[in-house]
Amino acid sequence: MKFFQSLKLDYVLLPLVGILLCLGGWAIIAGKSTVTTSVDDWGDPVTKEERQGIAKNLPSPSETWIASKPYVTEPLAKRGELDQGILRFAWLSLKLVAQGYFIALLIGTPIGFLLGLSKNFTKAFDPIIQILRPVSPLAWLPLGMVLFSGLKVLDANGRVSFGTSDAAALFTIAICAMWPTVLNTAVGVRAVPQDYLNVAKVLKLSRTKTLFKVLIPSALPYMFTGFRLSLGIAWLVIVAVEMLIGKPGVGGFLWQQYNANSFAHIILSILTIGVIGYVLDRLMSIIEGRFRTA
Amino acid sequence: MTQAAHAPVLELFKLSKAYPTPKGPAVIVKEFNLNIAAGEFVTLIGHSGCGKSTVLSMVAGLTDTTDGAMILSGRETNEAGPDRGVVFQSPCLLPWMSAFENVMLGVNQVYFTAPKAERRELAEYYLTVVGLGNAMHKYPGELSQGMRQRVGIARAFALQPKMLLLDEPFGMLDALTKMELQEVLLELWRRNKLTTLMVTHDVDEAIFLSDRVVMMTDGPEAEVGDILPIPFERPRDRASVLADPRYPEIRNHLLTFLNERSHIRPSRITPPVTEMVTAPAPVRETPAGATAANQ
Repeated sequence: MKFFQSLKLDYVLLPLVGILLCLGGWAIIAGKSTVTTSVDDWGDPVTKEERQGIAKNLPSPSETWIASKPYVTEPLAKRGELDQGILRFAWLSLKLVAQGYFIALLIGTPIGFLLGLSKNFTKAFDPIIQILRPVSPLAWLPLGMVLFSGLKVLDANGRVSFGTSDAAALFTIAICAMWPTVLNTAVGVRAVPQDYLNVAKVLKLSRTKTLFKVLIPSALPYMFTGFRLSLGIAWLVIVAVEMLIGKPGVGGFLWQQYNANSFAHIILSILTIGVIGYVLDRLMSIIEGRFRTA
Repeated sequence: MTQAAHAPVLELFKLSKAYPTPKGPAVIVKEFNLNIAAGEFVTLIGHSGCGKSTVLSMVAGLTDTTDGAMILSGRETNEAGPDRGVVFQSPCLLPWMSAFENVMLGVNQVYFTAPKAERRELAEYYLTVVGLGNAMHKYPGELSQGMRQRVGIARAFALQPKMLLLDEPFGMLDALTKMELQEVLLELWRRNKLTTLMVTHDVDEAIFLSDRVVMMTDGPEAEVGDILPIPFERPRDRASVLADPRYPEIRNHLLTFLNERSHIRPSRITPPVTEMVTAPAPVRETPAGATAANQ
């Protein structure tokens, strides 16, 4: 054991062990196809495929890989609107997430500052925030559809480039993702040490100077924690949104393949969503670490 | 002219501070009277929690006064401003700015009309005087506690304020750094002759630095208990102050006050109180032992 630790192998080996165990469990409960060939009354050979197992419709790891191969090995292929390489789908989803996330930060940060700075604002709006915060994206999307019904932005060819469902999707992502930003910014502003505020007071810094020289730098680490959590939620919401409005993307692909009884692709989508979410979180925490002040 | 020079820079008249509590107001400081002349270095001394920092905080304008008036060079003030340079117990530097930027933040605020080069020069001058000529572009996180406090002192002096307020500025430093910084402060003070009000609970620091030591009674309802002028000539150096025959006498006077008399209020001396004071008289026989126990 000491030997492995000295090689730092446990960082590689132990995760591998974990992954293999999960794959093994998956393989055990997955269904297996058995093909039986028999001769019917007319003397013709008939092949019959039967699936057996604990979850008999669940594709096994190897079946999943075989079915996913075209999507993974040609990640940027576009064979049709809803039949694209997995990275292409991911790119579409990420674009939508980025837009919604940007709106969330744009709205959430100022609200967080107001909450942190004004006790009266907190008293007035905190109950509403606490009520709206736990609402699921599945509930927001229909409201977004109602809010933006009839919205149409046409492109040069006269086709709808940004319609009701696009607006509703952005609305849903933004409103679901903004809460961590709002709350963490508020906490960060409230946690600005009195010492720093005293400095601002003694020097008689103007309001804008106090905001930019003292409040924002001091609250930045908290704000970035909020930004990171918000990005996580935005990515979580995208799947639900794409499923509901049928937009091409990882979530849309997942739902479409479910309807097409192509279960292996569901697993492919889930893994893709997970990996991208993990990468986003890592990237954000690297940025977050850079903004940590002593 | 002479009259103006002798007029007090700071007048505190019946300054009081009370916090509302469910059981009625809790009076921390009661009717605190003090005049500080131009160029005078006055120290407030008292036990921890007696309200001396509250007085300083009120003078700085960081705490609202409940009652009384504060007159700074002929004008009543009740809010904070850069005409009073404050050095806090913790240096209160903004950690996302370098030492230089921290000083510049104040300089830019006070001398916004001066050309940029002049402002930079001013900040650089004071940082050099406090001994940070080579470290002025470092961030607070890279500086030792003593160096950070040097930046705090440079920031206060760079504002060229009417008054300097020091709230236990060396309280968090080790003994050696403390002595070093006292010298730095004294040197800057000698150059600028700033009117200064300092709060401390270090008797030796008070004697070494100040012209007058104001002893505060214990809180709540703290007030001025006694005032002792320090007769040593300026410029002072530590060795000759310590060697002066009057030094132990002065030190003893302050310690006796802190150990035995600080709970007596001069404003309402009543017989029972005096009786209580005579009770711990044996302590007076061994002032050194009493001091050690107190610290």
